[in-house]
Amino acid sequence: MDHRSSRMKWQEAYEGTLAGATHATTQSGAPIEPVYGPDDGEFPGLFPYTRGIHPAMYRSKLWTMRMFAGFGTAPETNRRFHEIIDAGGTGISTAYDMPTLLGIDSDDVRALGEVGRCGVALDTIDDVADLYAGIDLGDITTSMTINAPAAVVFAMFVANAEDHGVDRARLGGTLQNDILKEYQAQHEYVFAPRPSLRLVRDTVVFATREMPRWHPLSVSGYHIREAGSTAAQEVAFTLANGFAYVELARHAGLAIDSYAPKMSFFFNAHIDFFEEVAKYRCARRLWATWMRDFYGARDERSWQLRFHAQTAGVSLTAQQPDNNHARTAVEALAAVLGGAQSLHTNAFDEAWSLPSADAARVALRTQQVIAFETNVTQVADPLGGSWFVESLTDQLQRDAGQLLEELMELGHGSMLEGCLAAIDNGWFEAHITDAAYAHQRAVQAGERLIVGVNSFVDDSPAPAPANQMSGDGDARQVERLAKVRRERDSDAVARTLLELRDAALDPEVNLMSSLMAASRARATVGEMMTTLAEVFGRYQVGAR
Amino acid sequence: MTTRVLVAKVGLDGHDRGINVIARSLRDAGMEVVYTGLFQTPESVARTAVDEDVDVVGLSILSGAHLTLVPLVIDALRGLDAAIPVVVGGIIPQEDVATLRDAGVAATFGPGASMDDIVATIEAMSGAH
Repeated sequence: MDHRSSRMKWQEAYEGTLAGATHATTQSGAPIEPVYGPDDGEFPGLFPYTRGIHPAMYRSKLWTMRMFAGFGTAPETNRRFHEIIDAGGTGISTAYDMPTLLGIDSDDVRALGEVGRCGVALDTIDDVADLYAGIDLGDITTSMTINAPAAVVFAMFVANAEDHGVDRARLGGTLQNDILKEYQAQHEYVFAPRPSLRLVRDTVVFATREMPRWHPLSVSGYHIREAGSTAAQEVAFTLANGFAYVELARHAGLAIDSYAPKMSFFFNAHIDFFEEVAKYRCARRLWATWMRDFYGARDERSWQLRFHAQTAGVSLTAQQPDNNHARTAVEALAAVLGGAQSLHTNAFDEAWSLPSADAARVALRTQQVIAFETNVTQVADPLGGSWFVESLTDQLQRDAGQLLEELMELGHGSMLEGCLAAIDNGWFEAHITDAAYAHQRAVQAGERLIVGVNSFVDDSPAPAPANQMSGDGDARQVERLAKVRRERDSDAVARTLLELRDAALDPEVNLMSSLMAASRARATVGEMMTTLAEVFGRYQVGAR
Repeated sequence: MTTRVLVAKVGLDGHDRGINVIARSLRDAGMEVVYTGLFQTPESVARTAVDEDVDVVGLSILSGAHLTLVPLVIDALRGLDAAIPVVVGGIIPQEDVATLRDAGVAATFGPGASMDDIVATIEAMSGAH
């Protein structure tokens, strides 16, 4: 039994960090300790990590300012990536258009009007090469926000990097790959849940064995919250999905401590400031407790919930859009005071369209102001010990914990089965829609005020959106794709797709090598997804 | 007579927070609401509207593809000789409103539109229909 006080344990851990010898003062010269609290209380870097996963938090490492971007064709988005890096962004994150997110090629009739609109259009490995041209993939980390075709796009990414001389072991970044929340909230699914989970399994196993710097899963509450959930539901559903993936990897024969340290999370940073701070604190505490006590993880990195945050898209208003700067700044501050490892700040014009380059730059500058001017980075969990925040943290923990228990019961002791059952019977969507409706009624009744929408309304006309779409993105991408189709070896495409189909028929086979081979033969995302659909079928939810 | 409304998601846009809330608001206002589910084609929306004998069709599009998709739905309804008014909700910039009206859209509702206005507009339309 370790009889040292929590503070002594923390002190030892703190001194081992890069921040060990740093001194900080306020603007006026008063000294600032790295953390405050009673000697026997909770400390950052110590189980259950309520106060943060690192003993020194931002004194040892700032969050990654990871700006999400993607529009038009790959070369256009590549230019935006370079602008972000030149402006001091420390990571890049790729947004794909809807056809790509649904595994549909740009020249498919179903893609009409959507190509390059909500993200970058990506059809073949040539697009991947153009997307990351001039960016050292062994240095800067990349994040890919894709789910249903995640395995396909990941295979293209790895194959492209290796073809450009970067070994897969050197690649650092994150694949969102969280298919469960697609059925619950975001609805960009292609196959039914079980075959989709096989693809998740294959990517997780591949990355765990061969890509030590890669995070193959970013379990995402962001979309659940955007769809209208409460904060407690966001935490509960996200952690439930996380536990489901833990069980999935265990079924695949991986030892829990081999992959759990590579799991990461993605949460919303919404407008209710203290509730958000409490939300991150309670999520860390719940994850650590369940991972240690229920799932038996022994490596402390498996207990630590690492998360990316993004400010709330739904909180942005189309009316008086300049006000959105204030919303984003407050939300970003909540994420920072809540201990985020990575952050994307929305641009003020995003209620209307994808952000203009100028607006995206201001959004990044907002993070830089918080990081370098406000001094909030000097103290870990500065709101810890606030009676209000501690009480909210406990309240959210109780509410989310109850939902987790309910799901576990539904799955008869398996969170994976509980989540699948609750997807099947519409439990998640019913909860989320109830919350969204309650919110909208409160707005309608004037019980919840939104500046510029139901209060402080003025007659200023809504400005025209600063649309940076060049208008002919569809046509240019279709032409790019036509060129690949003309120039590739069609026998190699047919052969590798047939091999992919055969591999998919055997549920024990890991599909990553077949997907990489088809990628190198220049098979399209749509062709690979169609091949898999021949085996897996397509998931459809009927009218109601 | 009870107003019947078809609310529909057309194209690849999976954002359904708005349509779920609208469907519930219309039901609370006493209307009969049919929701198509996601990922409908213009043709399937028109066919369902006729088969369900609805008074109004409400399309929800948040992806920005409204100028492409909405006229296709209206054409498909005309192809079935159905004179059913179409309303569109979503991220519709002011500059696109006239284009949509010219294409035959009866009303548009942008971000922040009031649920009461939407209900009242649809109610009035079904009376006129």
